[in-house]
Amino acid sequence: MVMPLSPLRVMLVDDDPERRALVAGALAGSGLSVVAELATADDLLRAVSSCTPDVVIVDLESPDRDILEHMRCLSRDNPHPVVMFATASDSDTIREAIEAGVSAYVVDGLSPGRVRAVVEVAIARFRQYASLQSELAAARTSLAQRKLIDRAKGILMTRGGRSENDAYHALRKLAMDQNKTIAEIAQGVIDTAELFK
Amino acid sequence: MSRHPPQPELSRVHLGYIPLTDAAPLVVALEHGHFAQHGLDVTLARQASWATLRDKLVVGHLDGAHLLAPMVLACTLGVEGVPQRLLTALSLGLGGNAITVADNLYRELQAAAGDQPVTVQALAQVVARRRASGADPLTFATVYPTSNHTYLLRYWLAAGGIDPDRDIRLVVVPPPQMVQRLRQGDIFGYCVGEPWNTLAVHEGIGCIVATGHDIWNNAPEKVLAVSATWAQRYPGTHAALIAALVEAGRWLDESVDNRREAACLLAGSGYLDLPVDVVAASLVGQLRIDSRGAERALPEFHVFHRYAANFPWRSHALWMLRQMQRWRQLPTGADVLAAAHAVYRPDIYRLAVARSGMRVPAVDMKAEGGHRSEWQLGEGKAIVTLGADRFIDGAVFDPIYIGADLAK
Repeated sequence: MVMPLSPLRVMLVDDDPERRALVAGALAGSGLSVVAELATADDLLRAVSSCTPDVVIVDLESPDRDILEHMRCLSRDNPHPVVMFATASDSDTIREAIEAGVSAYVVDGLSPGRVRAVVEVAIARFRQYASLQSELAAARTSLAQRKLIDRAKGILMTRGGRSENDAYHALRKLAMDQNKTIAEIAQGVIDTAELFK
Repeated sequence: MSRHPPQPELSRVHLGYIPLTDAAPLVVALEHGHFAQHGLDVTLARQASWATLRDKLVVGHLDGAHLLAPMVLACTLGVEGVPQRLLTALSLGLGGNAITVADNLYRELQAAAGDQPVTVQALAQVVARRRASGADPLTFATVYPTSNHTYLLRYWLAAGGIDPDRDIRLVVVPPPQMVQRLRQGDIFGYCVGEPWNTLAVHEGIGCIVATGHDIWNNAPEKVLAVSATWAQRYPGTHAALIAALVEAGRWLDESVDNRREAACLLAGSGYLDLPVDVVAASLVGQLRIDSRGAERALPEFHVFHRYAANFPWRSHALWMLRQMQRWRQLPTGADVLAAAHAVYRPDIYRLAVARSGMRVPAVDMKAEGGHRSEWQLGEGKAIVTLGADRFIDGAVFDPIYIGADLAK
């Protein structure tokens, strides 16, 4: 009888708490055991030896990566040598991981297929988080832009006695004529109005 | 007939670096327009770890990197995982490192040294006393397992009769975190590049006990690393990068005023984000070594161009490969000569600087350790002035014997 494999033990090191929670939730949802979640590690080596993870997922931009690289050199004293997840057959996964901002260290000898599954969950969540962040940034910008345009419209309405619709069309025409965005024109109108105060 | 490299194939080039004073040639080449003069629009991206610099080079997110010289060899040989072929055709300079210890350890070392200057022998006495009393070994940090910081620190300890594996605990700490870890008492000392030694002295928590120059005069340090595939695809861009960085190095070595100006550039918020004084000390060669204000004049602390500092000596590569074997990072049977040939590319360097009229060594290797002061290599028009290359233990490393070893 084949013994069922126990779930892989995963440790997460990421100083972004929201992304860490997102990745941890997704890993747990895939039947993996998240044994530790750290922002950064004052004593990363001790944390690794006490939690005995099979896989450590680290933000690619974390300075702690070099500390993990050192674990390979400690392997003669360490019952669970940790190596960077990189096998020749996995170069596509590695490229995707780096593009998504994920790096992974694994216990030597673990089946690459099992590790790949963990890394793929992390890649997907890092990507999802990045696109959420850019959507959020876009939403913030458009809200700020809408406020600018409203203020400029208000100025044109009170000064020129235009209707709201005419004020908007005036801004849009200026933008098209000058090859600028409406927000840039609105900013110009507001700046000019400041001079006349 | 002289050969010339092709025109740059790329106009936009992305280079990565770690916040250290020895990234100066990259910063100067950008800020003073040396890259632009060679038709390159370069962006410099600060990175948080050596591992990430390496990985971004390997997948092509970066075109080139300010990298630890031994890492280029280690990565190609697979010391750190799956072999990935990197190469270098440019040394970014010589020296730049020091060993700093915590203030309290320094006082113990002074007591052990009596009225003599503090040396590694004083540390050996403290270490022996700790071992006899059953105390934990002292923890020292370097920046990466396969770095010259690791090899210089181990060389220094071993020269004092200290076994770096038995008597000391060695850990890795990223350079910008060194001072904080020393302050917290997590580590008792470290070997790192500037300005992270001067900063500990400046903050009154550490003392500089040795410089890299004390251990090995004019030792190799950072290189411009590229992937072997990239070098093959963009030989013209590679040559233009090398030529621009050599010019920046030459400017850095022209005068103390230039070094001061470089300190102002580097200290800025885009790069090191530190007070100018902290960055300037090692660049102008006047290091404060303890919190009481003792100073050392070290005009050769950083060498960016003179002494053929930009030449990628294969003998340097072999010394580093031998250190990897000495400290069991690399099997003794590894073909170090083949690795030094594949990874260190003086041929590419010579071609890249051919137009400059600069004198370049005619040979790829030299014996290391036999010169206590500057000396001349070659004959007639090919004479090149090189720096001292003495080791702390007086050893001579002659690569000729590696060939003899292999032939046996």
